[in-house]
Amino acid sequence: MTTVESAVRPPQGQRRTEGEASGKRAGRWRRDKTLFFLALPGALYFVLFFYIPLLGNVVAFQDYAPFLGFTGSSFVGFENFTAMLADDAFWKAVGNTLEITLLQLFLYFPAPLALALLLHGMLGNRLKRLVQTVVYLPHFMSWVIVVAMFQQVFGGAGSLNMFLRQNDISILNIMNNPDTFSLLMTSQVIWKDCGWGTIMFLAALVAVDQNLYEAAAVDGGGKWRRLWHVTLPGIRPVLIMLFILRLGDILSVGFEQILLQRKFVGANASEVIDTYVFYNGVIDGNWGISTAAGLMKGIIGAALMLAANKLAHRLGEQGVYNR
Amino acid sequence: MRNPFALPPMPPWMEKPTVLGRATKGIALTIICVLVLYPFVLAVGTSLASADELRAAGGWVLIPSEPTLEAYQVLLSGGVVTKAAVVTVGVTVIGTALSMLATIMIAYGTSRPGSLGSRWIVLMMLGTFLFAPGIIPSFLMVKQLGMLDTYAALVLPVLLNAFNVIVVRQFFMNVPNELLDAARMDGATDMTILRKVILPLSKAVLAVVGLFYAVSYWNAFFNAMLYVQSDKYPLQMILRSYIIEAGEMNAGDLGIAHLPPGQAIKMAVLVCAVAPIVCVYPFLQKYFVKGVLTGAIKG
Repeated sequence: MTTVESAVRPPQGQRRTEGEASGKRAGRWRRDKTLFFLALPGALYFVLFFYIPLLGNVVAFQDYAPFLGFTGSSFVGFENFTAMLADDAFWKAVGNTLEITLLQLFLYFPAPLALALLLHGMLGNRLKRLVQTVVYLPHFMSWVIVVAMFQQVFGGAGSLNMFLRQNDISILNIMNNPDTFSLLMTSQVIWKDCGWGTIMFLAALVAVDQNLYEAAAVDGGGKWRRLWHVTLPGIRPVLIMLFILRLGDILSVGFEQILLQRKFVGANASEVIDTYVFYNGVIDGNWGISTAAGLMKGIIGAALMLAANKLAHRLGEQGVYNR
Repeated sequence: MRNPFALPPMPPWMEKPTVLGRATKGIALTIICVLVLYPFVLAVGTSLASADELRAAGGWVLIPSEPTLEAYQVLLSGGVVTKAAVVTVGVTVIGTALSMLATIMIAYGTSRPGSLGSRWIVLMMLGTFLFAPGIIPSFLMVKQLGMLDTYAALVLPVLLNAFNVIVVRQFFMNVPNELLDAARMDGATDMTILRKVILPLSKAVLAVVGLFYAVSYWNAFFNAMLYVQSDKYPLQMILRSYIIEAGEMNAGDLGIAHLPPGQAIKMAVLVCAVAPIVCVYPFLQKYFVKGVLTGAIKG
């Protein structure tokens, strides 16, 4: 096949130089058109399902009516934003979002690091791989499955309460308790993604220079001193990068997770910005106000990430991307 | 077989681990593994238990004494769950195939530095990491395209994932230039190079990205909830209404006359939704760590 083609067509390298001689643009087009057409459908996808909807955020400044569309609806300036800021439900959603996200920052962010250190310290490779297989598994489960599994263990008719009932201990209300909902959410996130989160840390731990450990040990540094003075500084760039990425997501907490459980604990305990946008907009038809809330959330998230990255650069760290 | 608890060789400066330290670590890791695996085992056990055993045990059975496949026979005999399983399998297979095709195309199309338009397309993809269009504008877009209540709405809006594309593109770019030049010298076109040189070298990364796409199609429920009516619901939506929101399945929904215990059926649905992933993923484990790291570090 290849030989036939080479007999029929001149080598491409040669064609390219001819093209460049006869005019740079035309030559470039002839050289790159296959690649260009290959990339085109994908590029179209991003325009259609990402950038045009991004422009669709003009709804936030409109008195949007679905039958009139973007072009027919009238502009109302910042009216939607003022209405949003006057809505108690919006502020409740902001409060819940911050509560859950801070809890996750303190409890969930360090968990994979701890597990990674534990795994890294394991000496037997075969056993280590087995444990890794197990702890990565929940990452591949959907939120529906994660919530269903929590329910089968902790739910009112779950196996834990079955055990308590059989032993005449009063049963626990875990799944339907609004007061502890943020803790429940955090533990679900930890169950699902703690293992998966170790991948980055494990790779960073392997990359720490082994000679530093030896030098520290020769200087009389024990296990814990080596952890503090060698390991943690060694993985600092990864820690900072993950932290910055987390900041960009700080206002997006568990949309699907809450959607599935909102019924059990009530909107008051579980409404976050994302679910506020969904219920207020798609379900109740307040398009303008909820798009405004979504837009505001997006801007704050992007700004936080850029600011954190900038700060990291100031402090002499690499951050997520380079300048 | 080697003793798995035997100590591997250690550098001379490292302290010999104490028995207490090793025991503590071992116990901690065992507890973690049990916490992860317990719900899976409980679901499988209960789905296989007979009605009498479930009643006697109080609703849950970890290891059934006389396993029966009754619950699975009911599920697969037609009706709501079978229909949903067909939808999920169809969306996953077709969606993954289309996603992989589009991913390979755009990744290869932007993989040669300085080629026409590639810089802009890459910037466009990177932009998706910084912003998100939001639920409502996306919904309105799908509506304007006339895709509401079609199976296309479960695939096209999530066809590409910028992260996956970047991982694949990075891998393509790392194919040594000498190979490509040699192929060009032999007169290979760009398409031939893709088929004969690049794709055969990229099996590992394609396997990982394929797994990521397949898992996300298999697990998706929000798009189904947003875009389609109940007759097109995938398995995850059925799980949601019958297990999480505890709707009872009745004989009519399942298309049969006699029902095994509800608990066993529910857990059987759960097992059906989990099993394919659990079966496939251990084989790809050695690849996906690499996939995650390529994307995270170079992206």
